[in-house]
Amino acid sequence: MNPRSIRTLAIGASLACALICAPAAAQTVKVGIIGPFSGPFAHYGALFKAGAEAYVQAQGGKLAGQTVEFIYRDTGGPNPSQTKTLAQELIVKDKVDYLGGFVFTPNALAVAPLIEKSKTPTVIFNAATSGITEKSDYFIRTSYTLSQVTVPLAKWAADNKLSKVVTAVTDYGPGVDAEAAFKAAFSAKGGTVVESIRMPISTTDFAPFVQRIKASGAQAVYTFLPGGPPNLGFVKAYNDNGLAASGIRFLGTAETDEYDLDKFGDAALGLTTAFHYSAAHDSASNKAFIAALQKRDPAAVANYASVGAWDGLYVIHKMIEATKGKRDGAAAVAAARKLSWESPRGPVRIDDTTRHIVQNVYLRKVEKIDGKLANREVQNFGPQADQRTTAQ
Amino acid sequence: MTLVLNILVDGVAYGMVLFVMAVGLSITLGLMKFINLSHGAFAMAGGYAVSVLAGTHGWNFWVALVVAVIATGAFGALLETLVLRHLYRRPELQQVLFTIGLTFFLVATANAIFGPQVRNIPLPSILSGSLDLGFRTLPTQRAFVLLAGLAAAGLLTWTVARTRFGIWIRASVDHADAASGLGIPIRLVQCLSFGAGAALAGLGGVLGAELMPLEPYYPLKYLVLMLVVVAVGGMGSIPGSLCAALVLGIVDTASKYLVSEWGSLLFFVAMGLLLAWRPRGILNR
Repeated sequence: MNPRSIRTLAIGASLACALICAPAAAQTVKVGIIGPFSGPFAHYGALFKAGAEAYVQAQGGKLAGQTVEFIYRDTGGPNPSQTKTLAQELIVKDKVDYLGGFVFTPNALAVAPLIEKSKTPTVIFNAATSGITEKSDYFIRTSYTLSQVTVPLAKWAADNKLSKVVTAVTDYGPGVDAEAAFKAAFSAKGGTVVESIRMPISTTDFAPFVQRIKASGAQAVYTFLPGGPPNLGFVKAYNDNGLAASGIRFLGTAETDEYDLDKFGDAALGLTTAFHYSAAHDSASNKAFIAALQKRDPAAVANYASVGAWDGLYVIHKMIEATKGKRDGAAAVAAARKLSWESPRGPVRIDDTTRHIVQNVYLRKVEKIDGKLANREVQNFGPQADQRTTAQ
Repeated sequence: MTLVLNILVDGVAYGMVLFVMAVGLSITLGLMKFINLSHGAFAMAGGYAVSVLAGTHGWNFWVALVVAVIATGAFGALLETLVLRHLYRRPELQQVLFTIGLTFFLVATANAIFGPQVRNIPLPSILSGSLDLGFRTLPTQRAFVLLAGLAAAGLLTWTVARTRFGIWIRASVDHADAASGLGIPIRLVQCLSFGAGAALAGLGGVLGAELMPLEPYYPLKYLVLMLVVVAVGGMGSIPGSLCAALVLGIVDTASKYLVSEWGSLLFFVAMGLLLAWRPRGILNR
């Protein structure tokens, strides 16, 4: 037999195998995860992957008796057109049963028409703009929205003798949303926002803004900053310029998230935030979550992104269970709308109309627990729905 | 009045950080006439070196700083000897393409080794507090950068203008063949000056890290700021770079105090006006 015919035979054999094997492969449930796996936001992708895979591992490798196959797709940064292409490929070519992931709002919005058409249940692990889930009936969200965590914080500030607050937010979409949510809720309770500072997104030197906060005569500063360098720079400036020492309180949301927290060092001690998830949340379910993450990777970080993915997989798990592994988007979403369970963050449920997660929001303070910086929950604001309607 | 003082203090402090970051580039770009867009990558290398030595291995900060600056210089000199010297006589476009490619390579390398997250540089206790200026406080680290920047500016100006080595640099850039004919070891001079530029970049990376935190995308993120300082300051003029950095720092700070909603607009308007007024450098008529 000459080499050429051997090759022909080999190709023929593998083709035949592909045909025979194809029906078997269809038994597995395919989940496409879309997120940034390269570039400056790659850590989100890694956190999604960790949370999702740890969940399946913790369930013994199968969800509702079905083998689950993850297909990861990389969007880099905010890139709606590429995200749309990737989602289309996943739906049409890879024939995924579910989609998950999404860090950036524009990326999530871009897939709305696709999933509406293909009836693919899509679980958002992060993207936090209120209106997204309205864009398709197949969106379910297991993260949070800015107003969901900001409104209780503003009310708490007004109730706790903080009558004058200055807002300092990064000058981009979510920052402006956060500023609006805080202002509305705070002034409704009789508080005064004495100054609203918007900091350019390219800012490296935060000292001038911190001096302005100091000069404004406010008792506290409400801030919203994107994670990473801006976040670290602002907190450093807040401490170095003596704001903490002069008694101007720091009020934030995601700023002290576990991924950035240990990079602040002791500068973070005493920072006050309102948020839905702390790795220091004291519950059996949270301990199981962290143990599962660390079993997969001892250096894993438990934060809002990994818990978003973990709970997202819980929702997908229940949807697989409800449809017995068959592809039935409408039935799956109908089942998801009724879910309520004990998440690592506390008791949660999916809101029947908005398909967004309803969860406790906690007031937290950064403290050292066993020598490590942690967000200790000092007060539970109780279950919070997405408060967009009340905030605007 | 306090506002004006605040703007001056913060502006000078910020300007000095800009100067420390850019002064190495002023040497390679200005004195050696080599378009080195990988400058930010050298700054990042210096920063990561201190972060690893002082942070992970617990070295003394000052020892780590000296070792990191020398190591970055040696790394620069090595690259110069192996690769970059072949680019001196190539057209500018090839220099740009090569050095930006090198930057991408180093960004990916840093990402692979250290991961995408921000790295801390642990400061010694003497630098971590704040100084009381009477009407306000200033972070001690910023005051140290101020002194270090002035020292670097003085030392470099003196080296270039007064020492034999400075004369050699200027001679080998202006007319390499004639300089070589006069017995000046131009290869050594080029290699050493490039190494010095890289070492200064490393120093800037460490000292500037409080404002420009270390992460793999660092070399691309802050490159524009450094290029602006060198362009406005005038190619190769160290006092010019210092002056430009201070003016731009004060303008940017003033805009943050007064019209922050305009973003970085004033910074770039100032750059445009200064370049239109003195295209060859802020101190060159």
